[in-house]
Amino acid sequence: MTGASAEDVAAVFREERGRLLAALVRRFGDLDLAEEVTSEAVEAALVRWPADGVPPKPGAWLMTTARRRAVDRLRRDKAYAARLALLQVEADRAAPAAGGGELPDERLQLFFTCAHPALNADDRVALTLRCLAGLATPQVARAFLVPEATMAKRIVRAKKKIREARVPFRAPDPEELPARLPGVLQVIYSIFTEGYAASAGPDLQRPGLAEEAIRLARILRRLLPAEREVAGLLGLMLLIHARRDARTGPDGTPILLDEQDRSRWDRTMIEEGLRLVPVALTGGPPGPYGVQAAIAALHDEAADVATTDWPQIVALYDVLLALAPSPIVELNRAVAVALRDGPEAGLALLDALAGEPRLRGYAPYPAARGDLLRRLGRLPGAAAAYREALAWAGTEPERAHLRRRLADLTCPFTVPAPGAGENTLDQKPADLI
Amino acid sequence: MKYMLLINSAGTEEAEQACEASAEDWMAYDKAVREAGIYVDAHSLADLTTATTVRVNAGGERVVTDGPFAETREVLGGYYVIDVPDLDVALDWAARCPGATGGGSVVVRPIAEFEV
Repeated sequence: MTGASAEDVAAVFREERGRLLAALVRRFGDLDLAEEVTSEAVEAALVRWPADGVPPKPGAWLMTTARRRAVDRLRRDKAYAARLALLQVEADRAAPAAGGGELPDERLQLFFTCAHPALNADDRVALTLRCLAGLATPQVARAFLVPEATMAKRIVRAKKKIREARVPFRAPDPEELPARLPGVLQVIYSIFTEGYAASAGPDLQRPGLAEEAIRLARILRRLLPAEREVAGLLGLMLLIHARRDARTGPDGTPILLDEQDRSRWDRTMIEEGLRLVPVALTGGPPGPYGVQAAIAALHDEAADVATTDWPQIVALYDVLLALAPSPIVELNRAVAVALRDGPEAGLALLDALAGEPRLRGYAPYPAARGDLLRRLGRLPGAAAAYREALAWAGTEPERAHLRRRLADLTCPFTVPAPGAGENTLDQKPADLI
Repeated sequence: MKYMLLINSAGTEEAEQACEASAEDWMAYDKAVREAGIYVDAHSLADLTTATTVRVNAGGERVVTDGPFAETREVLGGYYVIDVPDLDVALDWAARCPGATGGGSVVVRPIAEFEV
């Protein structure tokens, strides 16, 4: 084989890193050691492969190299060595060596360890991105707009807890799975949400994170093909991410659903998402991700806002509220009701949410009120609502959008004609629990 | 691996009376812990009103005060020390503990191990 470029090596590495790490954690029972030798194996690959070519079984090559490094390190470290003897026996008893030289996929255990409920919620996200998506600490820090040192501290803290409190590297038993799987899905979805609708910073979207979340969901779907909520989550993310290019204008301001150029939606991604919706919704009671995927599918299938099946969307929000009650779902439902029954009906529902503590500081709430008040011609009320939203909006593009709405209100010639310029909340992914 | 399960009861007396697990529940739990072969140690603490706090200040002087009193929402009422393979098993035993129900909580803390 001829030499390989650094990019080829990096691509192989990203694919294999999670598997390699999971297998090493399983074998040595120590995340730090596994990460260290994974990195060393990759460094070795970066030196060797460009010269010698990518070996026929890159994963096995990395594994052999990493394992050798681990054993070397354990020889130098007596405390580790005693543990190794014990762990080796346990590991060999638990998993007979796989034939054919390819690695058994042990990433499922790692998913559940990284998303373990005993870990801090932010740490779960950071660990999952690092261990399973293969991002380095500075990349994870950049993605979440925190200083590198802060992120490094977070990861060290999480690994210390895993080691010292002995959080096990194991996938839950089938009877535990319904209680534990939502935690893993929540981690993936919060990575997606941060990428889709950044909570702070100069940009509205950080698509890199959304794509990482989709990649993680694809891995999880292969590992748990029978879990319908995994299919639902992957479908939901694909159906929302398909609209990414139409969601922001050239200046970065958000474009709401009713004004998006739907020809810029990613049809291939929508098709893939649409195929997952029936998988998520058949064969048992629906889960919250499956229902949200169905809602996203109705948006993606419609030619425009006017022909969107709002009665069906409202009905799905009712199902979602029964599964996972949340004021944010109530807010989305109220906007759908406004499109089904008119702004008056939607506004009544929104006003009923006024005392909700979880909507305090949540800019989409006053923004939605402002839109409905504007459509009803109640302009001073609309202006007050937009100003409230402006104070709460976390990103500059959101603020620019709201300032424009506010400016439009004061110019008498741009008051929309009835039925035109309807304003729809873009279906914003929201934490369910 | 040894873990201490710190059993906190709901702070207010009303909550305590309304939700307290029965003596049978505690006996059944204690029996289960012992039969599982994970029991290391356990004690129930007398009422918080019997507590006394000791501090030694910078001058080496002993300062003894009554209390503490239940200013926080939860009060430590007892503990178990169990020896189990990992945190998941410890969390399972914490969840089975009658003290985890009815507004109470169980804090699971690994016992520090020092290498000699």
